[in-house]
Amino acid sequence: MAKIIDESPRPTAKDRVNKLVSDTQGSQAWNSIFRPGSIFRKGYTDSPRNRSYVVMNSVLYHLHPVKVKRHAVKVSYTLCLGGLSFFLFILLTVTGIFLMFFYRPEATQAWNDISNLQTSVTFGLLVRNMHRWGAHLMVLSVFLHMARVFYHGAYKAPREFNWVIGIVLLMLTLLLSFTGYLLPWDQLALWAVAVGTNMMGYTPVFGSEVRFVLLGGKEIGAETLLRWYVLHVLMLPFVIVIFMAIHFWRVRKDGGISGPL
Amino acid sequence: MTEIPEHLLKRAQAAREKAAAEAPAEAASAAPAASEAAADPRIPAHLLERSKSAKARAEGASADGGGGVAVQEKVASVVQAAPAGGGVPVGAGPGGNTQRLLTVVKSGSIQEVKATPVDKVHTWPHLLAAEFVAALVCLAFTFVFSVFVNAPLLQLANNNQTPNPSKAPWYFLGLQELLTMFHPMVAGVTIPGVGMIVLILAPYIDKNPSNKPEDRKFAISLMTVHLMFWAVLVMIGSFFRGPGFNFTLPWRDGLFFEL
Repeated sequence: MAKIIDESPRPTAKDRVNKLVSDTQGSQAWNSIFRPGSIFRKGYTDSPRNRSYVVMNSVLYHLHPVKVKRHAVKVSYTLCLGGLSFFLFILLTVTGIFLMFFYRPEATQAWNDISNLQTSVTFGLLVRNMHRWGAHLMVLSVFLHMARVFYHGAYKAPREFNWVIGIVLLMLTLLLSFTGYLLPWDQLALWAVAVGTNMMGYTPVFGSEVRFVLLGGKEIGAETLLRWYVLHVLMLPFVIVIFMAIHFWRVRKDGGISGPL
Repeated sequence: MTEIPEHLLKRAQAAREKAAAEAPAEAASAAPAASEAAADPRIPAHLLERSKSAKARAEGASADGGGGVAVQEKVASVVQAAPAGGGVPVGAGPGGNTQRLLTVVKSGSIQEVKATPVDKVHTWPHLLAAEFVAALVCLAFTFVFSVFVNAPLLQLANNNQTPNPSKAPWYFLGLQELLTMFHPMVAGVTIPGVGMIVLILAPYIDKNPSNKPEDRKFAISLMTVHLMFWAVLVMIGSFFRGPGFNFTLPWRDGLFFEL
């Protein structure tokens, strides 16, 4: 009786791994997760088609067009200021959510919570520092972004309205920073906000009414803390995200980045 | 610009010579009409010449029917001209051709052509890589700075104990500085309000379409003065104001400033 001889050699460990990777990448589940153009897809190559897919098929990247003007890529043109403002906003959101776990907006608790956060919570001090310095940095970068846009004449037609939205975003950034300033509920916070809100009270017609509503009384107190907390963690971020969406959308609708000079 | 085929140019040249030889006087009389048409910049110069010669021939007595090239409005008169060339059809060219070039329409006169292609690169990897590096640098800076410098946390807030000096956050210190000079309504509302409104209206006030720095010296100077105005006020308010918000020198009396 003839013996059947299997000529093929035994698969090595490397072959097995390769086959496993190939099967995984060919599976329906894998292909449903990674859209075309993903570097994790089977047979990914660096081609113009895949470069386009990377942008089109990513929820984050598709804020960008598939192609941009060559001068827009130069760091010396934009100094990345708008993008960094957005990045700092994300950083502040992440660190802010962390801080929310350890903070109660009550006059009797707020300061102790911050103090405990710094001494008893792992990385608490670091995250609080990052939130504070990131906030100052964001005010600075939004301001510099505005200056950059002005000096490049980028607010001119057809971008006039996007400039107006940008000014609104600058004011919202200042308000976000200012409302956050009160939350540690220490002497610095209380009196900085007192100075700021006293100025606001001099606005004619509705100044003192607006001040009363914002402070929840004639003077800064426990009511103010709760109101400013809600403004800081919920309302102003909500509003600024809407305006940012319009801002980014208009950048593309108005023909991409301005220039070259 | 549209290329005129060589044989047409040759034919035009021949017709022009013929016309010049036959009716120099008539050509001179037709000149005003030609110059009228010359006002239209969309008609190339050589076509105007050709039309001039055709007109001269049509108006002239020599109706030999062998007229070279007709142009738009002169077609009828050329066709009406009596044939004298025997078997040659009415309106035929010198070689007996029955088709002729009536007019050349340049592409720009009918449809708008976007002439300048834009030099573009793929967002991935060119832009996204740069953004990623910028974000990493920013994150690293914030992280390292936060490791070494702690955010301030003073004593518990106390409504009955006013610290001296009391300062607003740094971005409002320009306003607080103005407060030392003007009535609170002017310093806190009017000046910043006007500044903000002018800033918002900037694109509608500035009608200059150029974005080149050399064309917008006035706008740039004005903005620089505006920005410097606030920057200087914020600096003074931050570093040069001590107890009672009186003027101090930071190297002599120390800093009275918390971020």
